[in-house]
Amino acid sequence: MKVLVPVKRVVDYNVKIRVKADGSGVETANVKMSMNPFDEIAVEQAVRLKEAGAAEEVVAVSIGPQQAQETIRTALAMGADRGIHIKHDGEVEPLAVAKLLKAVVEKEGPELVLTGKQAIDDDCNQTGQMLAALLGWAQGTFASKLEIADGGAKVTREVDGGLETIQLKLPAIVSVDLRLNEPRYASLPNIMKAKKKPIDAHEPADFGVDPTPRLKTVKVSEPPPRQGGIKVESVDELVEKLKTEAKVI
Amino acid sequence: MSADAILSERDIAFVLHELLDAEGLTRYARFAEHGRETFDGALATAQRIATEQFAPHNRKADLNEPRLVDGRVEIIPEVKPALESFAEAGFFAAHADFERGGMQLPWTVAQACYAWFQAANIGTFAYGFLTVAASNLLNAFATETQKARYMQPMLEGRFFGTMALSEPQAGSSLGDIRTVAEPDGEGGYRLKGGKMWISGGDHPLSENIVHLMLARLRDAPPGVKGLSLFIVPKYRLDAAGGPGPENGVALAGLNHKMGYRGTTNTVLDIGGDGPCHGELLGEPGQGLAYMFHMMNEARTIVGMSSAMLAYAGYRHALGYARERRQGRPVGAKDPAAPPARLIEHADVRRMLLMQKAIAEGGLALSLYAARLVDVKDADPDAEARREAHLVLEILTPIVKAYLSDRALEANDAAIQCLGGYGYTRDFPVEQYWRDNRLNPIHEGTNGIQAIDLAGRKVAMEEGGALHALAARIDATARAASAWESLAPWGRALGDALARLEGTAARLVEIGRGEGAPVQLANANAFMEMAGHLTLAWMHLKAALVAADALKVGAEGAEADFYRGKLHACRYVFTVDLPKTERLAALCESADRTALDMAEDWF
Ligand SMILES: Cc1cc2nc3c(=O)[nH]c(=O)nc-3n(C[C@H](O)[C@H](O)[C@H](O)COP(=O)(O)OP(=O)(O)OC[C@H]3O[C@@H](n4cnc5c(N)ncnc54)[C@H](O)[C@@H]3O)c2cc1C
Repeated sequence: MKVLVPVKRVVDYNVKIRVKADGSGVETANVKMSMNPFDEIAVEQAVRLKEAGAAEEVVAVSIGPQQAQETIRTALAMGADRGIHIKHDGEVEPLAVAKLLKAVVEKEGPELVLTGKQAIDDDCNQTGQMLAALLGWAQGTFASKLEIADGGAKVTREVDGGLETIQLKLPAIVSVDLRLNEPRYASLPNIMKAKKKPIDAHEPADFGVDPTPRLKTVKVSEPPPRQGGIKVESVDELVEKLKTEAKVI
Repeated sequence: MSADAILSERDIAFVLHELLDAEGLTRYARFAEHGRETFDGALATAQRIATEQFAPHNRKADLNEPRLVDGRVEIIPEVKPALESFAEAGFFAAHADFERGGMQLPWTVAQACYAWFQAANIGTFAYGFLTVAASNLLNAFATETQKARYMQPMLEGRFFGTMALSEPQAGSSLGDIRTVAEPDGEGGYRLKGGKMWISGGDHPLSENIVHLMLARLRDAPPGVKGLSLFIVPKYRLDAAGGPGPENGVALAGLNHKMGYRGTTNTVLDIGGDGPCHGELLGEPGQGLAYMFHMMNEARTIVGMSSAMLAYAGYRHALGYARERRQGRPVGAKDPAAPPARLIEHADVRRMLLMQKAIAEGGLALSLYAARLVDVKDADPDAEARREAHLVLEILTPIVKAYLSDRALEANDAAIQCLGGYGYTRDFPVEQYWRDNRLNPIHEGTNGIQAIDLAGRKVAMEEGGALHALAARIDATARAASAWESLAPWGRALGDALARLEGTAARLVEIGRGEGAPVQLANANAFMEMAGHLTLAWMHLKAALVAADALKVGAEGAEADFYRGKLHACRYVFTVDLPKTERLAALCESADRTALDMAEDWF
């Protein structure tokens, strides 16, 4: 089985996000970037499948600027076998990514695509679902457990009410949640090995996809600063405030 | 925890790539497989493990020092998994050969990786550092069989190492070591005696502990020439190389320290509890020479650790001073106006700037020394290797002693920036100071370093080491003269260099005339002088890079970064470098104040 893992280069989770002065977006110049944490979990899971003998090859794919190759290298250093880079500067929306991934899937023929459930930059949580729809494949989202057996995937999903377990036919898309595993660190010997692993470079046009955003960003602004808290004297006062001030009940 | 809270990724990249051309090392055959990409990959992993696995238990390890329970050492549970991550990621073998499973990383880059661990948790990192140092020594002098049995498991992080030199009566003066070794009739040796202060001498963190132990063969001459080095494992190896029976290295007690409390520090009884077997490393009588082979590396790491504790303190104080409000700006009339942030007060900025100059200059200087190690070991050109070796010889005591002294000053200022809060255990700065207080003491006290510099290093190879260093400093001073803005600092550096060379010559003269005791009574002042000069030199090198970057149009946060470099340089040239004048005058007068103080007058 071949596993495809899309990985996105995003602003590092430790960075305090700043909105650009002109309100056109968030500041990314000279800001530390790294692999989307959910994608790390997806890579880890794919590598574990390979180590367990359930998968033969793990391919990491990234759509983004030249530096997205660094993100692919990280995936290779974690244990992915090779990379595919589709170079695109500027914003990409989930639909464009899903279309490009569909083209990659058709070329590569994986039986499983493991995605992060969302990227921490735009928090869209759409790409995996869109890809499943475009391909007409089964999907299991928010996976906190994954077992591959008998040509199918058993996925335990994190849902509002608790956990739901579903059985998917392969090929399938599985989007992973935080509790699925703890990603390994890229070890020094594996960083050296990753250097020798191939990365194929492409442009969106190679796949006949136009990634121009279909949505227009009107304005990006900081959320209002948090107000200091207060201590309430009684439960009644709390309920009263939740009703009249917070207007949440 | 955000990595920026303890160290600056941007600054490490600046020092490695803009100041030291780390990528230039890939010209050497040994590092040809490397490039910016592998360096960045290694640093990223170091930063993550340091912030996610080391930093979180730094305070806990300080508050819960290792305890002796029923003769065994107990350590908080967070330490072992942290070191396992360190091992799994390959940091025990970062610079070791590919064939041995290492990454063959330049020493410079390995040190930059270690910087993260030092800033995050020096007490836990010490186990790693000791093991790396011990395996380096084995790599240089052990037989292939010994390497396979002892070094390979250390590179994999299964065995940890120690440096077992000191004894109660033999600290600075290792020639007084009494532990003895006799042939055991099986081709090895049987050791008997006692060791004091041995860091990592016992713990439950690894399968085995490999002590590199100095001892004296029965018939050996007295003094340092009679010392040999032995490989003494805690457990004798079984046929498969695994830990077998106990080897007579008994834990006689734990020392209770003011800092570095996560690292066990042990009193060891050797061969008292049962026979203690050791293997001779290399030739008899060469023990101290072998140790000294590793001394430059070990001592520059002490300088680096000092600078990283200064860095962590600086980053904390900086964050605090940006938030804490207290007092009004000078001249503010309205008592009802909101208080200013601490950083707005000139005196707080002075203390922050001082810390910045020491921490950033210290990082640059330590990595500069590490790069000399790479050149001395890997350059194909014999002359380049020789030159790098000489510069390293004379820089080493400066990096060790000057940085460890100044880094403490920096941590002191960090505490002061926080006021009363800095004096409590609720904030990390007091721990940084206590941890850092070891650095002027171990690996040869700073007093011994000053004697080494003023008594030995300035005169070695007929002043060759000093000349080599001077040529490098002079090149920086000259480069600065091309910049209108930097030329005055270039001149000041050149003047201070001439002063140092003059004073060095005078000290040699004093040694011949007034005698060695007078010469060495001035060693500390000379060390301080050499240190100020070296630090100023590093800052001017950084300022040259910064001026260039600003000229070609660095903007925004990048421009601020470079302006910060220029300003740290200004601080050192304004405050520290002028001190060399007074210090030179003191040395050249062959000052005898301390010598002339009779014991009975105390
Ligand atoms: C926490 C800790 C960890 C350590 N870890 C290790 C370890 O892992 N392995 C190991 O072998 N050792 C270790 N040591 C020992 C350390 O290296 C010694 O403490 C150090 O060398 C000083 O020796 P001493 O303590 O006997 O002090 P002394 O040698 O008694 O020195 C006391 C003072 O006298 C000065 N002095 C001594 N001799 C001279 C002289 N000839 N001229 C001028 N001044 C002099 C010194 O500079 C110092 O200021 C450790 C020590 C500590 C505190």
